[in-house]
Amino acid sequence: MIDWLQHAPIYPIAVPLIAGAAMLLLADTRRGARAAIAVASCLAQLAAAVVLLALAAGAGGHWPNGIGVYLPGDWPAPFGIVLVVDRLAAIMLGLTAVLGLASLIYSLARWDRLGVHFHSLFQFLLMGLNGAFLTGDLFNLFVFFEVLLAASYGLLLHGSGVARVSAGLQYIAVNLVASFLLLISIALIYGVTGTLNLADLAVRAGTLRGSERLLFEAGAAVLGLAFLVKAGAWPLNFWLVRGYGSASAPVAAVFSIMTKVGIYALLRIGSLLLPTGAPAAFSLDWMFAAGLATLIFGAIGLLATQQLEQMVGYCVIISAGTLLTALGMPGVTLTGPALFYLLSSVLTTGAFFMLVELIERTRTFGANVLAVTLDMFDLDDPTAPNRSDDVVGVAIPAAMAFLGLAFVACALLVTGLPPLSGFVAKFSLLSAAVTAANASLQPADAWILVAAVLTSGLAGIVAFGRAGIRIFWSADERSTPRLRLSEAGPVAVLILLCVGLAAGAGPVSAYLDDAARTLDQPAQYIDAVLSANTARTLGGH
Amino acid sequence: MELIYAAAIGVLAGSGVWLILRPRTFQVIMGLTLVSYAVNLFIFGMGRLTVGRPPIVDAVVAPDPAALADPLPQALVLTAIVIGFATTALFLVVLLASRGLTGTDHVDGRESES
Repeated sequence: MIDWLQHAPIYPIAVPLIAGAAMLLLADTRRGARAAIAVASCLAQLAAAVVLLALAAGAGGHWPNGIGVYLPGDWPAPFGIVLVVDRLAAIMLGLTAVLGLASLIYSLARWDRLGVHFHSLFQFLLMGLNGAFLTGDLFNLFVFFEVLLAASYGLLLHGSGVARVSAGLQYIAVNLVASFLLLISIALIYGVTGTLNLADLAVRAGTLRGSERLLFEAGAAVLGLAFLVKAGAWPLNFWLVRGYGSASAPVAAVFSIMTKVGIYALLRIGSLLLPTGAPAAFSLDWMFAAGLATLIFGAIGLLATQQLEQMVGYCVIISAGTLLTALGMPGVTLTGPALFYLLSSVLTTGAFFMLVELIERTRTFGANVLAVTLDMFDLDDPTAPNRSDDVVGVAIPAAMAFLGLAFVACALLVTGLPPLSGFVAKFSLLSAAVTAANASLQPADAWILVAAVLTSGLAGIVAFGRAGIRIFWSADERSTPRLRLSEAGPVAVLILLCVGLAAGAGPVSAYLDDAARTLDQPAQYIDAVLSANTARTLGGH
Repeated sequence: MELIYAAAIGVLAGSGVWLILRPRTFQVIMGLTLVSYAVNLFIFGMGRLTVGRPPIVDAVVAPDPAALADPLPQALVLTAIVIGFATTALFLVVLLASRGLTGTDHVDGRESES
């Protein structure tokens, strides 16, 4: 008799792996069967994530301190592979499952037919994401990073075209170099400490002295650099906007959680190494400075760009910058609010990428360019004279109203205006920062954070106000949007989830604050991993 | 032996980085390949360089850990070789697609103005 609950941590990895592989065996013509498998796999991942969320919260009392350790090869911890689930990992798994399901349903409308093996690649991407959140082992982190990156290369190129291929070329080159950095750092850390297990590493890092400590710090610095590339921190993020902007809509939507993997890794490893003195790249000053630069870069880019997809790309950068800045503050007061911001911003940017593609369909030549630019370069719409008669039919008010409302909701969420969850997230972040400023001796950092977050919000309001006016009010020529339920539905669901986050902010923040407190006590994590019993010593099941 | 080994890694990594920063896609892929060689050698070197100590446990004699090479970096380097090889092969395909679609082998998809 298999104890299904005991094996819960492996499902988020095993389910998409099996589903993705099974779909490879089906012929291209059997779209229905493939779509069914893909949706079933995403639903199963969502269910597994919900179970893990409940288990990590202490339901059933299976896991002491809410930390579950799973030994896939049944070897004891420092030697074998471990998967570790705590609240933070469970939250990220849930977020991935929700975003994955929404993007998948959106893609079923037409995007999955643009190329081969979309669904398999999509499942492998989810597997890589889930694995990276679950693993308790540095080398497996690299392997899962590679799984998700390899799938993302294929998905970015999905649909082909000049823009995608040339953006993909740069994306792949940058990420290959980042992967090599990751390998160098892993090898260096193993060479010094003799372990790859994160918990064991946290223990052994404290015992290093002299030149060994210096080598370890060098390795950790390279490791941090590799994660910062993935997180999209300035000046390592020039690949991001073009890559995400050229990807097809559902792919870009699911990519919006990929930068958060880098931030998750920084947070996880940083929290484990902190008690022994975190090496430079994980220490707070560097993260704060990098985050601030990223935030400023994102805000300036948002104001400068005129294309909607790229604007959303800059929103991803702003979100990464805000998170890095907030996590770079000392103490855990800001970690809980930062996690809330992470949830809200990932759901928002995901919905926004899909919404932008729906809006783009309604627009005509030159609509991406501001009126000033049109005048300056004396551009004329070559199709204008004979277009107005061709477009027949009455614009469906419901569809336009939906697009407009969804755009307003996304803009409110991104900029952090009331009443949606973006406001709750930013407000709790700023309030925690002010509390930290009053409590600490050097309050300058907290006030810089407040100023930067508010200024980036202002930049967002200006940019999206400008874009919204141009799209919905001043565009006199527009084709009729045709919305399918499978396209509008996921966008609506993601936005409604943000509304739900705002409504249920109390319980959600309580869970996230618990997650932050768990991160502040790495000893619990280390104990849980190193004392995990194998099934054989328990007498077998 | 360590000096030669380290110098080889340094030369490979240095040449690789220089090539990656070049504007032609073919130079970039050669650079990535050279860097991946350097990284693989580096991982291998992190298990310490030893001669004549295969990490094979004798069934009869009790093993002496000091007499065996560290097998883990060897396993890691195999994984790294496989992954690096596959992603480089994928990059080659994208490179060819980009060459076909844009008609140039510049990394930006167009020739620089100068």
